[in-house]
Amino acid sequence: MLVFTLASVSLVIIIGIGLYYRSIPVLNNSSWGQLLSSSVWKPMKGLFGFYPFIMGTLWVTAISIIIALPLCLLTSFYLSEYAHTRIKRVLIPFVNLLSGIPPVIFGVWGVLFIVPFVQNQIAPHFVEFSTGYSVLAGGLVLAVMIFPLIVSIVNEVLNTIPQELKDASLALGATKWETIKKVTIRKALPGIVAATVLAISRAFGETIAVLMVCGNNAIVPHSVFDAGYPLPALIANNYGEMMSIPLYDSALMFAALLLFIIILLFNVISRIILNRLERNLAG
Amino acid sequence: MIKRKLEELFIKILMIIATIIVVGSFFLIVGTIFSKGVPYMSWDMISKIPGGGFYIGKEGGVLNAIIGSLYVAGGATILGLIISIPVAIFINMYLTGKNFITDILRTVFDVLFGIPSIVYGAFGFLIMVYFGLRTSLLGGIIAVTLLVIPLLVRTLDEVIRTVPGELRDAALSLGSTRWETAKVVLRQIRPGIFTAILLSFGRGIGDVASVLFTAGFSDNIPTSLHEPAATLPLAIFFQLGSPVEEVQGRAYASALILTIVVLIITVLSEILIKKFSKHKI
Repeated sequence: MLVFTLASVSLVIIIGIGLYYRSIPVLNNSSWGQLLSSSVWKPMKGLFGFYPFIMGTLWVTAISIIIALPLCLLTSFYLSEYAHTRIKRVLIPFVNLLSGIPPVIFGVWGVLFIVPFVQNQIAPHFVEFSTGYSVLAGGLVLAVMIFPLIVSIVNEVLNTIPQELKDASLALGATKWETIKKVTIRKALPGIVAATVLAISRAFGETIAVLMVCGNNAIVPHSVFDAGYPLPALIANNYGEMMSIPLYDSALMFAALLLFIIILLFNVISRIILNRLERNLAG
Repeated sequence: MIKRKLEELFIKILMIIATIIVVGSFFLIVGTIFSKGVPYMSWDMISKIPGGGFYIGKEGGVLNAIIGSLYVAGGATILGLIISIPVAIFINMYLTGKNFITDILRTVFDVLFGIPSIVYGAFGFLIMVYFGLRTSLLGGIIAVTLLVIPLLVRTLDEVIRTVPGELRDAALSLGSTRWETAKVVLRQIRPGIFTAILLSFGRGIGDVASVLFTAGFSDNIPTSLHEPAATLPLAIFFQLGSPVEEVQGRAYASALILTIVVLIITVLSEILIKKFSKHKI
């Protein structure tokens, strides 16, 4: 038991070391700074600039959070403060069902629904032409994917807020919304931040659904209708050829290492906040 | 006063709209998959492996991918359970009172749970390269096992924590060892273990990024651990990329199959969780 526990816990370190070890060749070839800031991506010439991919990831992640966060906060407030228990009991299972849907299905849905929607309904109002395969499509699909995560965590956080606090505010004549605005949000803020950070890290690492709708063009996107090429998509798409070009596999492992480090940091931060909240409640 | 009331009303309407969007997106997704997938659905899809010329729109089905996915998800869940049941018991039975350590362990598993599947896929690939394995069923199972261990440990841990401490104390005070007590606890949480199995199976069967590097793809049903295995999500992904309309249609039908399987699994686990929390003392 001790062995299994130690082995699975040390997975965090082993993954990091393993990925780093495999990235050494490309790191010997060019420095961290070069890899992160160059936008020249020519694997045949041994030039690996990750800047466009990092920007692609940041664009889709930012779009998804901007769309999902307000919607999810409003939904969580509605479910925990306004909705009748019966409505809650009907609605919450659907949020859970949404979280069970596999990424590839989100991808198929994105291709069938979101991409044409962006191409025909949204893009014509802003730009002359867009294929629909864009960072906006990626962001929209991701937003729906992180709905259940944010809603369920924020709901749990809201449940930890003492009813007496809200009652006190309501008894002073504040409306429900004023109570949420001035009491609940303030008290729940760390939890909401933690949920957001978790959602960001989920969006960061999501691969297949984004890959299917994002256009996968190795340029830095300048508008939401441009195609982008997020890091995970880069890894997944080029796996087939990576063994035939020198340093290519090492560069892809470096991409995986980057993702791993960023997501690890985000996760540790948000988990520490959430655990502290939980302990405060218990104590 | 009127302004405050209006604000309240306005925000309430916004909230209801947001809730409709969030919950509605589920129906939108399932609806899209059903309406596109049903016309291409046929008995051949789930009963035949790809025939000659399958990828230009001729005869065949995705039985290879269905079986492959069942193998990968099933194998990973079994392997995962063998590892995570002892871990969950260790955290809860052997480390009682050492809150600092258990807190750290739980946090680590939460963090592992958040690592994206593409990283597990890349890491699984590294393991395979290290041991000289080629893409195979075994490789896929290893990668998915890594992916589901955190999920299994955290679920089992939560379930074991619901077992009343008195039960443990009673067993221990009767002179049983910690391991014997653990067996009592395990019997108590049987429905919880089923929930964990379902969750892990659902995650394993739907994941692409972890099997992309590791399981490979094959038109045949794998007969040994060392053969490459097709998986359903990967089959969907490949077929969707085809320019042939017939093949794209099969991607929709495959997506429909996967959606139905996953929905059944999720609903079952929801029911189990409800039942379990009802019997909680």
